[in-house]
Amino acid sequence: MISQKCKGARDLLPKDTEAFRYIEDVFSKSCLSWGYQEVRTPTLEYMHLFTAAGTLTPNMLSKVYSFLDWDGWSGERVVLRPDGTIPVARLYVENLPQNETARLFYVTNVFAFEETGKENRERWQCGVELIGSDKPASDIELMLLAVETVRQLGIGDVQIQLSHAGVLKALLDELKMNPDEEVKLLDQILDGNWQALAEAKPQNSEIGRLISLFLDLRGKNNSFLENLKSMPQIPGSIKSALNNFTEITGLLDTMNCSYQVDITSTRGFEYYTGLCFQLSAKGYKIGSGGRYDNLIPLIGGQKTPACGFALYVEPLTNLVQPKTKRKAAPAIIVRCNTTTAEALKAGFELAGELRKAGYVAELDFNGRQPGGRWIVAVTEKLMPFIVIDPIRNQKKEASSMAEVIKMVGDTA
Amino acid sequence: MPKGRLLPATARLLKETELEFEDYTPGTRAYRLKSAKLPHLSAKIFQEKDIPVQVAVGNYDLGICNLDWIEELLAKYPTSAVLKVADLQYGKGSLFLAASRHGDLSELKDLSTSQNSWRIATEYPNLAEYAALNLRLRKFRVFPVWGAAEAYPPENADLVLLWARDESDIKKQDLIPLKTLMSANAFLIANKDSWQTKNIGRILTYFSRALEMKDKPWLKIKAPSIKSSNNFRTYAGEEKLWLALPDGHQQQPTAELLKKAGLEPEGYSEDQLSRRPVFNMDWIKAKVIRPQDMPLQVANGNFDLAITGKDWLLDHLCRFPSSPVEELLNLRFGEVKIVAVVSQEYPATDINQLKQTQNSQALPVRVASEYTNIADKYLRDNRVSRYKIIPTWGASEAFLPEDADLLIENTQTGKTLAKHNLKIVDTILQSTACLIGNKNSFESSFKKKKIATLIKILSQAIEDN
Repeated sequence: MISQKCKGARDLLPKDTEAFRYIEDVFSKSCLSWGYQEVRTPTLEYMHLFTAAGTLTPNMLSKVYSFLDWDGWSGERVVLRPDGTIPVARLYVENLPQNETARLFYVTNVFAFEETGKENRERWQCGVELIGSDKPASDIELMLLAVETVRQLGIGDVQIQLSHAGVLKALLDELKMNPDEEVKLLDQILDGNWQALAEAKPQNSEIGRLISLFLDLRGKNNSFLENLKSMPQIPGSIKSALNNFTEITGLLDTMNCSYQVDITSTRGFEYYTGLCFQLSAKGYKIGSGGRYDNLIPLIGGQKTPACGFALYVEPLTNLVQPKTKRKAAPAIIVRCNTTTAEALKAGFELAGELRKAGYVAELDFNGRQPGGRWIVAVTEKLMPFIVIDPIRNQKKEASSMAEVIKMVGDTA
Repeated sequence: MPKGRLLPATARLLKETELEFEDYTPGTRAYRLKSAKLPHLSAKIFQEKDIPVQVAVGNYDLGICNLDWIEELLAKYPTSAVLKVADLQYGKGSLFLAASRHGDLSELKDLSTSQNSWRIATEYPNLAEYAALNLRLRKFRVFPVWGAAEAYPPENADLVLLWARDESDIKKQDLIPLKTLMSANAFLIANKDSWQTKNIGRILTYFSRALEMKDKPWLKIKAPSIKSSNNFRTYAGEEKLWLALPDGHQQQPTAELLKKAGLEPEGYSEDQLSRRPVFNMDWIKAKVIRPQDMPLQVANGNFDLAITGKDWLLDHLCRFPSSPVEELLNLRFGEVKIVAVVSQEYPATDINQLKQTQNSQALPVRVASEYTNIADKYLRDNRVSRYKIIPTWGASEAFLPEDADLLIENTQTGKTLAKHNLKIVDTILQSTACLIGNKNSFESSFKKKKIATLIKILSQAIEDN
């Protein structure tokens, strides 16, 4: 049969959905216990929310699903949400009391065109935003929450890679390029081409050395950054960004939280201004986050610092162990393959009673339903019910619903 | 092979290549051509804009069109199967992003310093969006137009993206070039699969030989220069009524009607077309644009009134059902039928038979039309389960039967259709020219009064006919 599924789209089968729900449940439980509140934003947003300067790169915007709505004669385009953070920032600006810290989380799908059609064009993510705090401790809180959630999912060996958009931007400024070139270089970097930065020839050779130290080496703790900071002739702007970076890494060292400093681990988002982090496990990139202090004013809000992260559902699904997935109660099949109304009524009633007693009760109208720990058959005579144990290959009669419940309870 | 602007030079080039196609001359009525030299080589004439699409989908192995239309396709569909084979060097020009000399914009930098939602009028909506994203415009809207983009700024658009031979042509139209997007000459293009699987080398040799010649006579053929003028006029501060007048086929009958109504606007005759004709009534402010673009422009509030066809109004309303545009007066001229057309050989005489025929083949119906929204609704309403709309830019008759199964097209008498071996299977609309307006304009008591006056004058002129 020819598949009629849209290119780049994905079906979630029962086993995938089970893993999905499990991830969602664990994530939401951990967020709630840290005092975060759940929100949802619409699938459709205006395109200009995302074109606002400094939010997404032109390369990303060219992959957005955008169209004119049925009342779009003004030319105002709408998009299928390409990103989770920007809509939540909009939600905050429009609905929540400003100047108060907001701790928000969401599970959402985001849409982006992908050329081959082999990757998903619709992806799910579990996102968290902490709006209204500029304290390095907030960056730490997010990393700890992310790591805790992943551990609770039963995934060990999570690695954290750190980068810092503030340091990166200060470095770019020091290259003293003309604005057009700088924007072009930044776009290349944000699209993942770090080679472009290595090839940029700074006038100041100290900056060149600093760039290659950043690009070529990976720091394992705070000392790496302290060493960079103490290099001769480091410009003030880079130093102050490095100060913020070392404050955070220092705190992580105190908390015995291991990480790697890798400036090239930032990807894609123009709106990051400070610390950026990426989480990976067993070779999968499973999440990323960072600080975005300029985003809220850019979309029309007051100057509000904020940071957030998102965990990617697809790679997590591959890492979650089946044994840790949701456990369902034992299932009982109520076989009701007669046509009389009375028998059907008894079947539905019996299934209802079984559910009240805590079982999963599934009706079977054609006598061929597979699975089920028990099968209870309702006949045209109504009574007695026939209770079948397919494992022990036993058949018993029960003269009331209460007796059925007792029987399956005794041997469950 | 292209119709229109590129035709004379293309025909000359083909003559030099000795591939010569007999009926490929300006004003030709033929669509299908045979090479005098190579019996297996045949060609079709399309609007230039349709050519990259037709080559990309594999209906044609080779095509000739200007680079701007190739890039317009690639801007939205970068994986299109089009290869640029050779720069043919004629039709030289560039794509410019420009603003009006009479507006607030004078350089590119002005775009990033303002919070405006920039309006961009263009025949190249995909390239316009690409340019806007790369310029990092915070907020922008693209108005795709069928033509006359240069007439929109400064009142109806802030920016225009258009093709011109050079900067001086841009300046002649009262515009300031802000940025040159790319230079765009005629190109020979090929379909990627054809290139990989078919031997088209023999035909290419003919082109190579011509392109290597010292003397290139086709480069000496001058493209026609701009005929219309675009003289901006400032108006005193009082309230005006904005009216859009059609160019093209509808210009002459519209001019006649206006004359009969005693409203002979200056600069609206065929030998001297101004994009901004002047009325003897100073409360009317007029612009000449394409009739296809009018409903959208009226909906946007750029014009209060416009003279267009019912066909284009319907097409607009099929796309935007809650649009504030409505018909105010039937002007009775420009009578055409919008019809569903198939090839004479197609085994169906009505839409239901067509549906069954197509269902049995399990292939989507390929529908070519200038009226994409009417076509879409027509097929939806007739519950055709699988269909593809192929937007065209005119000369749609050429699509049947090879490149489309069904055509939604206008016809006056049906004679042209019959001549091209086509038959009508359904009539969708009887269309005439009409005066359209924006409901919201009636909220102003000045406009309400003036619209009523104008309708009265025009009705009288129609009655007198």
